[in-house]
Amino acid sequence: MLKIVAAVIGRDLKLAMRRQADIVSALFFFVIVVSLFPLGIGPEPDLLRKLAPGVLWVAALLATMLSLPRLFADDHRDGTLEQLALAPHPLGLVVLGKVVAHWLVSGLPLALLAPVLGLQFDLSADALLVLTGAILLGTPALSGIGGIGAALTLGLRGGGVLLSLLVLPLYIPVLIFGAGAVDATVTGLGPEAHLSLLAALTFAALGFAPWAAAAALKIALE
Amino acid sequence: MNARFHLYHYASPATFYPLAGKLIPVFAALAVVFGLAGLYLGLLVAPTDFQQGEGYRIIFIHVPASWMSMFIYLVMAFWAAIGLAFNTRLSGMMATALAPTGALMAFLSLWTGALWGKPMWGAWWVWDARLTSELILLFLYIGFIALQSAIDDPRRADKAGGVLLLVGVVNVPVIYFSVKWWNTLHQGASVSLTQSPSMATTMLWGMLLMALCFWMYSIAVALMRVRTILLERERHTEWVKEMLAGETK
Repeated sequence: MLKIVAAVIGRDLKLAMRRQADIVSALFFFVIVVSLFPLGIGPEPDLLRKLAPGVLWVAALLATMLSLPRLFADDHRDGTLEQLALAPHPLGLVVLGKVVAHWLVSGLPLALLAPVLGLQFDLSADALLVLTGAILLGTPALSGIGGIGAALTLGLRGGGVLLSLLVLPLYIPVLIFGAGAVDATVTGLGPEAHLSLLAALTFAALGFAPWAAAAALKIALE
Repeated sequence: MNARFHLYHYASPATFYPLAGKLIPVFAALAVVFGLAGLYLGLLVAPTDFQQGEGYRIIFIHVPASWMSMFIYLVMAFWAAIGLAFNTRLSGMMATALAPTGALMAFLSLWTGALWGKPMWGAWWVWDARLTSELILLFLYIGFIALQSAIDDPRRADKAGGVLLLVGVVNVPVIYFSVKWWNTLHQGASVSLTQSPSMATTMLWGMLLMALCFWMYSIAVALMRVRTILLERERHTEWVKEMLAGETK
């Protein structure tokens, strides 16, 4: 069972490594969006410190969205997806593998980059640590929920915009608890509660979302 | 009703279409009756609120609209589940037909809430838990409508919409509680099943009658919409051709 997940992860990572420009452009999108905010609202450190968690998280949501349409589209175009659906393994596990691979190339780099951007917003060391942890914990949920949206909009016109319309409302809990964790650290309340809820969301999303996405894929492939 | 009547009799579009036609006037009439009674109680009989003056009377639109916006989403999810489980055509059409009414109710609830909030709280909009989750509910409705209109094949549109509705309905409590823990300012629920109501009985009756009115209106409008969807999708079948031929004679 785990073999198929590992095989799909390995395959998707290999494909992603051959097209590194895609990964890098999503990361630069993240950097640019975050850097635009101080230009828009002014350089006062107090204000920036207050806005940092929300700005970084919203930028992370948008950067994750950016790479979602390609989650299934390339495999759909060359027929691989139909072969995967015909394989004897449950399609949900295949989707889980693809979701994990998507997280490794989109969520993980965001988490590694976030503390550097957090420095620009004058966040304290504690807050930077929690920010990194929260993005690490929360982005798998984004990939999982996003997988459902990507499967539902597979092959539709205007898929990208539609995808954000479907998925962004479902991202709200992750945004609230992710930004809340950093906020709670800044105000001295402690981030444990927020981080626990974030972890719960991630486990729920990774456990259930691939199956919903698999159902959506089967509808799209009919 | 013959002896062989069974539950799935009206699951067929050909039998459901005339039934819906007969039910629409009933529900429309009920909506008018409940609406008139509710408005009479709400606007003329119910006492003036000692804190909020006459302004509170928007509650007779606001609360029923909010209830219906949530209830319709649940009903849509119910039809979506039935449609995905039993592969019935009519279920998907019901969900499609309900969506615009649900979105309208969510919008009405936000709009009347803003009109009510301005004199009472001094702000058109506050980022309170219930307002925010109602706004997100409106987004979910719009997402559903947008997804369905982007798919040309009606069967795929029904199924994809169904998956989205079920995902949404699982998420609604999560969203609600996350937003609730995030911030809360809205007054507590006005009506609760466990406590005795905190408002005058006439107000409560007015509100319940208005809720019934909105409910009947939603059913009537959804049935009208489902009839047109039925005709559009089944236009190549014999029964539609026969019926249309009969009507034009």
